[in-house]
Amino acid sequence: MDENVTLELKHISKYFGSVAANRDISLALYKGEILALLGENGSGKTTLMNMISGIYYPDEGQIFVNGKEAVIASPQDAFRYRIGMVHQHFKLVDVFTAAQNVVLGPGKKGYGVKRINSEVRAIAEKYGFELDPKKKIYDMSVSEKQTVEIVKVLYRGADILILDEPTAVLTPQETEKLFSVMRAMKADGKSIIIITHKLHEVMAISDRVAVLRKGEYIGCVETAKIGEQALTEMMVGQKVELAIERPAVKSDRPLLEIRDLCVRSDEGSRAIEDLSFFIRGGEILGVAGIAGCGQRELCEAIAGLRKAEKGGIYHEGESIMGLSPKEVAARGIAMSFIPEDRLGMGLAPSMSITDNMMLKNYQDTRFGIRPIPDREGENAFVRCAKHALNRAGAFLDRHDPFVDRKKARAEAARVIEELDVITPSTETPVRRLSGGNVQKVLLGREMLTEPNVLITAYPVRGLDINSSYLIYDILNRQKQAGTGVLFIGEDLDVMLALCDKIMVLCHGRMMGVVHADKTTKEQLGLMMAGALDLAEEKGKPMGVAKDSRIGEDETWNA
Amino acid sequence: MEVFLSSAIQFGAIFLFGCVGEILTEKSGHLNLGIPGIMCMGAAGGCFGVKLVAMGESPNGVLVLLMGILFAMLFAGALGAVYAFLTVSLRSNQNVTGLACTIFGAGFTSFFLNDVVDIADVTVAGRLSFASLNFFNAHIPGVEALGWFGNIFLGHGVLIYLAIVIAIVVAIVLKRTKAGLNLRAVGENPATADAVGINVTGYKYTATIIGAAIAGIGGLCYSLCYTSGNDSTVEVTIQIIGWLSIALVIFTMWRPAVAIGGSFVFGALYILFSYISVAPAFKPLLRLIPFVVTILVLIVTSIIGHRETQPPASLGLSYFREDR
Repeated sequence: MDENVTLELKHISKYFGSVAANRDISLALYKGEILALLGENGSGKTTLMNMISGIYYPDEGQIFVNGKEAVIASPQDAFRYRIGMVHQHFKLVDVFTAAQNVVLGPGKKGYGVKRINSEVRAIAEKYGFELDPKKKIYDMSVSEKQTVEIVKVLYRGADILILDEPTAVLTPQETEKLFSVMRAMKADGKSIIIITHKLHEVMAISDRVAVLRKGEYIGCVETAKIGEQALTEMMVGQKVELAIERPAVKSDRPLLEIRDLCVRSDEGSRAIEDLSFFIRGGEILGVAGIAGCGQRELCEAIAGLRKAEKGGIYHEGESIMGLSPKEVAARGIAMSFIPEDRLGMGLAPSMSITDNMMLKNYQDTRFGIRPIPDREGENAFVRCAKHALNRAGAFLDRHDPFVDRKKARAEAARVIEELDVITPSTETPVRRLSGGNVQKVLLGREMLTEPNVLITAYPVRGLDINSSYLIYDILNRQKQAGTGVLFIGEDLDVMLALCDKIMVLCHGRMMGVVHADKTTKEQLGLMMAGALDLAEEKGKPMGVAKDSRIGEDETWNA
Repeated sequence: MEVFLSSAIQFGAIFLFGCVGEILTEKSGHLNLGIPGIMCMGAAGGCFGVKLVAMGESPNGVLVLLMGILFAMLFAGALGAVYAFLTVSLRSNQNVTGLACTIFGAGFTSFFLNDVVDIADVTVAGRLSFASLNFFNAHIPGVEALGWFGNIFLGHGVLIYLAIVIAIVVAIVLKRTKAGLNLRAVGENPATADAVGINVTGYKYTATIIGAAIAGIGGLCYSLCYTSGNDSTVEVTIQIIGWLSIALVIFTMWRPAVAIGGSFVFGALYILFSYISVAPAFKPLLRLIPFVVTILVLIVTSIIGHRETQPPASLGLSYFREDR
């Protein structure tokens, strides 16, 4: 075996249920090199790295560290082999100082504030980090927190560092700083694996690139010998033809228009930057992008769940910025959002299908109190009393405290019937249904409100092929009914087949909107990786409709 | 005035035991609402331990004290261990479990002291000699000569000073030791602590059981030191003290050192009603003051919203490694 190989993976496989997250992956890391790991969403990069850092245990295959077989069953084992990983989600204690976070954990060394501060400062100086050991984490910016994470890994003596998308949360200047630190660590003999989606960063920092696609190892090349185009092809692969229909519908005027929208993420960084686009009635607009590049924040901002920082959201030419989710829904904007888990937002897992139907329209019930009609020849006093009674009746009618279970059950039955939900009864708790059926219930309920804009994020995540096709069919039916559909997707092949237009996001910025039948997978891949920016090339503001309805009722100020 | 301040310090010490015990528990991320019951258990255990060695004419004073403290800690620690097993290992709801512990602890104490240990017999029939109870209130001889200073600050039994020593020790452990740092990390962010190899379950168990044992001494302190064994329904008052101790944790913003001063303030507020003359109807209102003060502190700290004055971030949440 090569002397310079510090870490070697041999025939590693990992299965989650019947799905192979990694299949037969063999990979080598040399001493003092920076290896970039490239791949689309769900290509198994993070899973692979989690096996090296002890979070998962491989189902098949072996890991060798410095030529000897290593059994890595926990993060502590990984540290014993001098492997450290910096996760995307920082694991830091907010009320502690940087130094306290770094020294946390069982260790023989004692605890003296002065000593740990100087130790941490020494590591920071050695590699050129800018870090104040006494600063509390809650006072820190995202990039400072990341620095603490890296110093923590170094303090614990790691020789192999794994960075999971470290640049996703950084500004270009901070990224440059991180890269210079990485070069200093490389010069010190450390080996680094960096997961990234941005091609230009791969070109800038790495010595070699390993590419994964759908859990499989595609190849490893020296960065200097390959171009961005060739890397993209390795990453996205050949186009797969899918038998998804795309019915032609004459599209309407814009229903939903977004202008210069800026939204912040939970961490406080800009998740969406100056985004403008529009959805017409009768079209499906796909949103493609690497996971976590602002899709979630965009959906939540439109649905009124998240405050937008600036910009405008217009529904049929009318601003809906700052409205509550209830008011937004009242205008015909429905959202089906499956963020992380299948049950997602909007369904209560332990409640029955009927109850879940009521969650949305419990306010629609009416007592059925009718006003007393006026009659001729009444005196003023009676008329006045009648008027007061009618007012009170109308108020009561609007505030019916009872729920209409019968109607909800009928609705549940209708959804089950129309969408082929497989369930023992309408009273079955939603959590007992399979993933596809849960999704159908959620979509079905949204359909019942007859929305004219439907926002759906990852609607087929975790579903089998048949259920997925049923969902596509539902979306197409909506489109034919004149609804504007915003489809946040993952699989480019599906989006190319289903959507009419595809908007590509790259870290909150729009890289362009392309017609699905006129684009290629490679083009989308380049745009997602930030290597191709069509929004700027055309020289005119993209995402503004020619027949915009903004300004019909009110003047829109830039 | 001297009597009032002296009593305030004595009563404050009882709060201090409960408060410091609860702070230690909460620092591990567990909100133990069983503290009132656990303090009752301390009273039950303490009386039982004392009775084991306090028979006869001339019991050994040091032994009586040690047995009292030991059994108070054992009984309270046992209920704390039950709470820890339910909430840490079985991940049951902390509030529900805590309330169940309180109900159990109070009920058990009532039964145990009246029917098993027979505390009434202990005091009335004099089988437990007054001499042995005096050990709890024995103070340094000759402090009366120091005037008001001696009476207020030096004229107390050993338990009162033990409370202060424990509070200081816990403060130092939390702030200045690696174990304290790790414990706080467990309470703030157990996933982070777990990832760096801290034994999260071990820390939670240790903090909960030791915390309960400390609180248990408070029960002993009330039943044999403050009332000298004359209260035959200790579980009623101790429950009130227990709830106030939990309020005191919030009042002191999770700081054992602050709790020393805070507990004496609470002690003074709690006994205030019997030292000032108001219409009898207003006396219950006066007893509300500690609770009102706690609410005010909560309002103020919430408005300021400073991170340092907030409870441990994962307080009340169960930790399960496979949850991602």
